[in-house]
Amino acid sequence: MAEAVLRIENLAKNFGGLRVTDDVTLDVMPGELHAVIGPNGAGKTTLINQISGLLAPDAGRIVFGGEDVTALSVDRRAQRGLARSFQITSILPRFSVLENVALAVQARSGSSFRFFRSAAAEDALNEAARGALAQVGLAEREHVPAGELSHGEKRALELAIALAMEPKLLLLDEPMAGTGRDETERLVTALRSLKGRFPMVLVEHDMHAVFALADRISVLIYGKILASGTPAQVRADPQVVTAYLGEEME
Amino acid sequence: MADAALPTSATRPAARRGLFAANALPIAIFLLFAILPLFAFRAEVYVLSLVTRVMIFAIAALALDLLIGYGALVSFGHAAFMGLGAYAVGILSSHGIHDALIGLPVALGAAALFAFLTGIVCLRTKGVYFIMITLAFGQMAFFTASSLAPYGGDDGLTIRVRSTLAGFPIFSGDRSLYYICLICLLGAYLLCRALVASRFGRVYRGARENPLRVSTIGFEVYRYQLVAYVIAGALGGLSGFLLGNATDFVSPAYMSWQRSGELLIMVIFGGIGTLNGAIVGAAAFLLVEEWLSGITEHWKVIFGPLLVLVAVFAPGGLLGLVARLRRMIRG
Amino acid sequence: MSTSLLIVQTLNGLQLGVLLFLIAAGLTLVFGVMDFINLAHGVQYMLGAYLAVMFYAFTGNFFFALVLALGAALVFGLLLEFAVFRHLYDRDHLDQVIATFGIILFLNQGVKILWGASPLSLPMPEMFSGSVVLMPGILYPVWRLVIIGSGLGVALILYLLVSHTRVGMLVRAGATNAAMVSALGVDIRRLFMIVFGFGTMLAGFAGIMIAPILSVEPGMGDTILILAFVVIVIGGIGSIRGAFIAALLIGLVDTLGRSFAVDILRLFLAPSPARTVGPAIASMLIYLLMAVVLYVRPSGLFPAKGR
Repeated sequence: MAEAVLRIENLAKNFGGLRVTDDVTLDVMPGELHAVIGPNGAGKTTLINQISGLLAPDAGRIVFGGEDVTALSVDRRAQRGLARSFQITSILPRFSVLENVALAVQARSGSSFRFFRSAAAEDALNEAARGALAQVGLAEREHVPAGELSHGEKRALELAIALAMEPKLLLLDEPMAGTGRDETERLVTALRSLKGRFPMVLVEHDMHAVFALADRISVLIYGKILASGTPAQVRADPQVVTAYLGEEME
Repeated sequence: MADAALPTSATRPAARRGLFAANALPIAIFLLFAILPLFAFRAEVYVLSLVTRVMIFAIAALALDLLIGYGALVSFGHAAFMGLGAYAVGILSSHGIHDALIGLPVALGAAALFAFLTGIVCLRTKGVYFIMITLAFGQMAFFTASSLAPYGGDDGLTIRVRSTLAGFPIFSGDRSLYYICLICLLGAYLLCRALVASRFGRVYRGARENPLRVSTIGFEVYRYQLVAYVIAGALGGLSGFLLGNATDFVSPAYMSWQRSGELLIMVIFGGIGTLNGAIVGAAAFLLVEEWLSGITEHWKVIFGPLLVLVAVFAPGGLLGLVARLRRMIRG
Repeated sequence: MSTSLLIVQTLNGLQLGVLLFLIAAGLTLVFGVMDFINLAHGVQYMLGAYLAVMFYAFTGNFFFALVLALGAALVFGLLLEFAVFRHLYDRDHLDQVIATFGIILFLNQGVKILWGASPLSLPMPEMFSGSVVLMPGILYPVWRLVIIGSGLGVALILYLLVSHTRVGMLVRAGATNAAMVSALGVDIRRLFMIVFGFGTMLAGFAGIMIAPILSVEPGMGDTILILAFVVIVIGGIGSIRGAFIAALLIGLVDTLGRSFAVDILRLFLAPSPARTVGPAIASMLIYLLMAVVLYVRPSGLFPAKGR
């Protein structure tokens, strides 16, 4: 049987008296898109933050690529191939779109303690960056300062940055938050084309996107995993329906 | 801050089109510095010593702009590096060691070491706390120097013999010292330009924009900032080494917080994050100071409000002001 | 190292601490509520002293001079706020640094022009001018006790104002989240003015109270400014409680450190190196303290905005 790329074991996190992550066990198999859904305040972003290393769990283990990374810093995990996009857009506004992505490419191609050669002149970095931009449809905008992009374009840029890291696992924290219909469609298409290349954890509210993309869905409610399985299984689970999906999905 | 003056990659296509045009200002500045001694005539000693000081402080200001403008690391203790460089000259000289081949590495090394040790602590903080802790270390250097009784303590140390290079007294003549400083300034400027455009610079600048993002890409921001801090410290040490030779004197005042404040003012005055601004700012500050103090002994009464006006009406300093004027003229 | 010296220096440390608190309180509030770095706070302290000297020359009475000087300091501070600071609230800290640095230059030179560069003195009120016997063998100046007393009194008033009045609550809220307070419809400009004016008066008051002991001269605000910044950084920006604790701590550490550094070092070193290293370490002590505090708590001890 294939080895899980990411395995979270009995993860727990408390804020004061509040159990934000309550004994969460989850795994992500190679090539699958594993969606995590749940109502607001369920602790989805907190979970992503613990996986990517921004937040230290109070208990439990995070095993990535067979290695226990629970104590590793954010950048160390990123170096091992753990990429993420942020719910609130996090890009480098005064850098151009190309340079935002080139920086991510740079992280994977040798040392950045190089002081004398101009980075912008490194064709290899630029070409790889352009490749990532093309996959999310931002190729035309490469010279625009990232701060001037539309909201949807910024979300696409986030994705491009993650792609440029050649991730072994991609964490997507509500990539469609606040995007209009067209841009959402574009992102769904982009994500669909990426499926299978590397495993992804997708946290999303947009149910249409989730059910269109996910191989497996885990439902997080009040920090606990209520159900986990294929989209069909989750849709049919009466607990999930009452707690979260409501009657519209039946 | 003057966005227009920041060398973002978004403007790079334009820069490639006109490498000369985009660098017109620094080329003009360095040309001006280079030919100035030929036109000084009877005021030669005065002009040379003044502009030598300008160039020396410009080196320190460049280093500080590297920190403030490109890293958002506002150091209020930068004068300590200058002081260390100058004390290296003074202390070695008092023991009969004048060779720059020893003195300069010692100056650079001492400043770099101080930057490394203090940087380790300082870079754990952010914002105004960073400002304060760099001030604290600057003060510690100041008080240590004041207590060095064998080297003058509070009164300072006269440097009786200037540095020599393998026996040649090239630091001793006004003109030769001037050109040494010019070469050092040019070198420092080119180094900073290269640094900012390099792979290292990209990570470092990115960390100023969004440190969280940069670390989730896989860079340990702390390490890059520490390297930048050490480089800036070493450049400060270079500046101090030259200053000791230029003034034949060193005292704890070279490391005072007022001096650190003046360095900050120079960089802000010129326009932060431009490198050119550091040189312009240092020149403007020292020249205005020189001019005004010639008019009245109470020149600070005029200089003070001038700074206030610059702060209120010219954010982005002189270069930012010029950029805005050009945009207004172009309509 | 005698006990009487220890007691006297402890009292001196308290006195310095109380003085630092008066200055730091205004500084930390202005910084915490308005996010404004006011380097010119030190010259407001200096101005208080000079105004007191001037009004004393007119009235011949310390208390009249005190009241008039406080009033004038307040007016001047509000003038500064209106003419300069108001334009800089939304700006970068660096712009604020350069502007307030310019004001320092202007005022330090200004007082030199108006009153000359030589130090001036302000006589303390007759009834407080003697010394009092605290314990057998310990004679302590009454005026220093007055400073300690009035400083603690002001601290108490501040505490009551900040925790039991509506304005105080707004100030505390503003220190935690100014944007939120403004969004709730509070006239943030008026709040800023009140905070600033109060801070100015505190600094001026400190200058007036210390004037009889120190000499009044240009630049007297510069060293105390740095100390005040160390206080608010250690205490945590925006926190009056933090400023109080940090101020007393620094006052004591600095004063006792300077008095006893050599003696303490002599326990570990020979007399000669102790005497050379001692004073240097003594002057650095508070900076070492700040470095240690910031290493362990990068936002100070009691930051208003939380850790």
